[in-house]
Amino acid sequence: MERLVFLLIAVPLLGGILQAVMPGARARHGVIWFTCGLTILLAHAVLVMTLGEAPIRLNAGLALFERQGLLPAEIALIALIGFYGIRYRNPLAVVLAGLQALLLIGQQQAGHPEPLEQPLLLDGLAVMMVMIIGVVGGGIGIHAIGYMQEHREHHPEGPDRRASFFFVVFLFLSAMFGLVLADSLPLLLLFWEITTLCSFLLIGFERTPEAMKNAFKALNLNLIGGFGIGLAILHQSINHGTPTLSSIASGAAPAALLAAALIAIAGLAKSAQFPFSSWLLGAMVAPTPVSALLHSSTMVKAGVYVIIRCAPVFHLTPAGFILSLIGAITFLLTSTIAATQSNAKRVLAYSTIANLGLIVTCAGIGSHQAVWAAMLLIIFHAVAKALLFLSVGTVEHKLGSRDIEDMNGLIVCNPRLALAMLIGAAGMFLAPFGMLISKWAAIEALIQANPILPIIIAFGSAPTLFFWTKWMGKLLACRPQACPAIRVCSLSEQAALGLLAALTIGICAIFPMVSSHLIEPYLALHFSGEILISRGNLITMFIMLALIGLLPFSLVYRSRAERMVTPYLCGANLGDTGHFTGSADSVQPVYLKNYYLHSLLDEATLFRLGLIASGTLMLVMFAAVGW
Amino acid sequence: MSGWLSAILYILLAPVAGGLIAGIDRKLTARMQRRIGPPIFQPFYDLFKLIDKENVIVNLYQNLYLTGFLVFNIVAGTLFFAGGDLLLVIFALALSGIFLVLGAASATSPYSHIGAERELIQMMACEPMLLIAAMGLYLLPHSFQVRDILAVDKPLFLYLPGILFGLLYILTIKLRKSPFDLSTSHHAHQEIVKGITTEFSGPALAVVELAHWYETILILGMIYLFFAWNPWVAVPATIGLYLAEILVDNTNARLTWRWTVTSSWLIAAVAGAGNLIVLFYFLKAGF
Repeated sequence: MERLVFLLIAVPLLGGILQAVMPGARARHGVIWFTCGLTILLAHAVLVMTLGEAPIRLNAGLALFERQGLLPAEIALIALIGFYGIRYRNPLAVVLAGLQALLLIGQQQAGHPEPLEQPLLLDGLAVMMVMIIGVVGGGIGIHAIGYMQEHREHHPEGPDRRASFFFVVFLFLSAMFGLVLADSLPLLLLFWEITTLCSFLLIGFERTPEAMKNAFKALNLNLIGGFGIGLAILHQSINHGTPTLSSIASGAAPAALLAAALIAIAGLAKSAQFPFSSWLLGAMVAPTPVSALLHSSTMVKAGVYVIIRCAPVFHLTPAGFILSLIGAITFLLTSTIAATQSNAKRVLAYSTIANLGLIVTCAGIGSHQAVWAAMLLIIFHAVAKALLFLSVGTVEHKLGSRDIEDMNGLIVCNPRLALAMLIGAAGMFLAPFGMLISKWAAIEALIQANPILPIIIAFGSAPTLFFWTKWMGKLLACRPQACPAIRVCSLSEQAALGLLAALTIGICAIFPMVSSHLIEPYLALHFSGEILISRGNLITMFIMLALIGLLPFSLVYRSRAERMVTPYLCGANLGDTGHFTGSADSVQPVYLKNYYLHSLLDEATLFRLGLIASGTLMLVMFAAVGW
Repeated sequence: MSGWLSAILYILLAPVAGGLIAGIDRKLTARMQRRIGPPIFQPFYDLFKLIDKENVIVNLYQNLYLTGFLVFNIVAGTLFFAGGDLLLVIFALALSGIFLVLGAASATSPYSHIGAERELIQMMACEPMLLIAAMGLYLLPHSFQVRDILAVDKPLFLYLPGILFGLLYILTIKLRKSPFDLSTSHHAHQEIVKGITTEFSGPALAVVELAHWYETILILGMIYLFFAWNPWVAVPATIGLYLAEILVDNTNARLTWRWTVTSSWLIAAVAGAGNLIVLFYFLKAGF
């Protein structure tokens, strides 16, 4: 087990280093295929080895690292951030790096308690995260091969920095594994800051002024959030000795609650909740595999992951309720804003923030069923959202646009790509697919605790229905215009999209097993209660899934001859679906656009509302810690 | 009566009952407008005529979505009458609505497109109140199962007056009645031709009509739940409230989509949510 976990962290790192030193694109691509494949296998191996086992504490070589290498690594990290801040003239980043250094000195002064012999903890939650990072991350890495190839063809200017791109991606994967396995907080903080730095480097990949501006926004907000963990370490060191996540989770209020609230601030920043949301929207300038990997399926999940770790402390506390309220308000406002957006990546970004908000809401309640719903949400969202991001990225290369309006009739031009996108969208909001199962569980869990939270969720889920369906409608339109020539996708992109599409459907079919073998055993250790997904409901959902699967076959059995005509265009049709004769014999093209409700909803106003409400609530949360 | 039996009865009899209600509805509406009106069985004659008509389509897939619309409408109703989970009923109903929207969106006619967008806006207007109603019904039996809600031996409408009002408000949208018949209408004065059903004709239109009848019975079932403690009150109350919907239909002009969304959300937030919060804390305090 020790060796397996060591390999899990070391293999992506090694793959990354090979990227940096190997000449020749062909060989590098081979290494990427191999590393991603091996990472997926290793994650599965961890899953198989730990099924049915009690949580294990591990060393995997990291105890030695924590004793000898942690301080130098942290100093190097701070120096690097300071260097980038000076080089790109961003004073705030320099100031934050300085504060980080002060905090580090403070921690040293407070006296480091003896580091743990076994700083890693492998339990159900960690295994779940390892599977997501391994499988979804590996899939995205494979997709990136073809994507970056074409990206280079679209942007031939400047030096080819694909090698360093993949180096950072693999470094990120490695740090992410470390993050979800670490129980020791100083170790976790190091991995946390490495993912922040990777995110910064990847957002700024294009080196345009806009990219650098957004990269620094992401860096600074996440550094501010990171102070939460730093302060929690300081607080734990002064009061209770060894700073670990598990000791906070099992600790008693108010001391543990304060530490948990500090960690939650870091989590809110990482998960781009209000008031930190703006960085995730800026992050959309990064190449799409980065958005899929860091900004929807893994890194932003680290934020809700640490909050879920602290959930037992938040259970039945006013502070926990206010944390839930921040998540619920984020969910309501960002899903509403998403209804006003036509840029596909912005829709996905807002929807990501919204779903993370739903997870925060559940984690803040911290009851058995609420955390169950939160963990399912993480799984389903990671898979479906990665699929959506990757298909949007591929479509963008083919169409030259990421606007949903331009995807009109994709089902006619490129049925496979459209199908991948449709599966992803269905997975996000439709019964009986994944996200809906979890939303349903969330409503059931929340109404038991408090009526206000599920009411907010009810209002927030209505716009999601609206924006996903109008997107699907665009894809499915039997387009009036002729198709542009769409090039075939590369093998790597097809492989990744196929894998994720199969997973999106497959996990819905096997989720009762995921629940009983992975999630339930973890919950049993920390919460009391049981999950009641009644057999009847499960059967109903399987019948619905089967009916949707059978629906296409109704095309085969047509009862009667059909006569095809052109749609009614309120003018004389010209024989095709795209043009009609208007007044004065002029030929008019048909142009259909979706509703974006701009006369009712305004992005900037809603966003400001979120900042004010959540900022206030964050202050109230700390006041409530004392109650 | 066991759940499965009533579910089977629903599948078999809902079209008959729904069609009859549509016939009575048309007759009453005609009388309100000082017309004689069609015979009560006219909706059935219409349905059979539609089925016999030529199958004219604008693309190969539109009838596929309509099949989904009908199937999941029946799934939602069956689940409800089998005593199943109310939240799942609402989600299945939403799924069926989405199939209808996708069918219209695939047709790319301006009228069906606007109809589809309006239908989506109507769904968005309804969704919060439907969920809040389910939560309100949950509070007394501590269960979302319809059979548990039916077993509550208390007049639920007295506990949930705000929620019943809010639900009736949005059920006007679901029943496609004025002032909310934005996406398509049974009245002749629709400004976007036939809206969402513009490109559906013959047998396809028959499917839409049939699904609407199924949905009507499901909606009446939802209203019934609020009075279910005493069938002697519940049946007249449900009929009375449906008659009130017909009256509203004939005395109101169509509203814009902005009004539809804001007013239904406002009512859901004030009457629905207010009722839910008050009742939650009353029950918690042990009343």
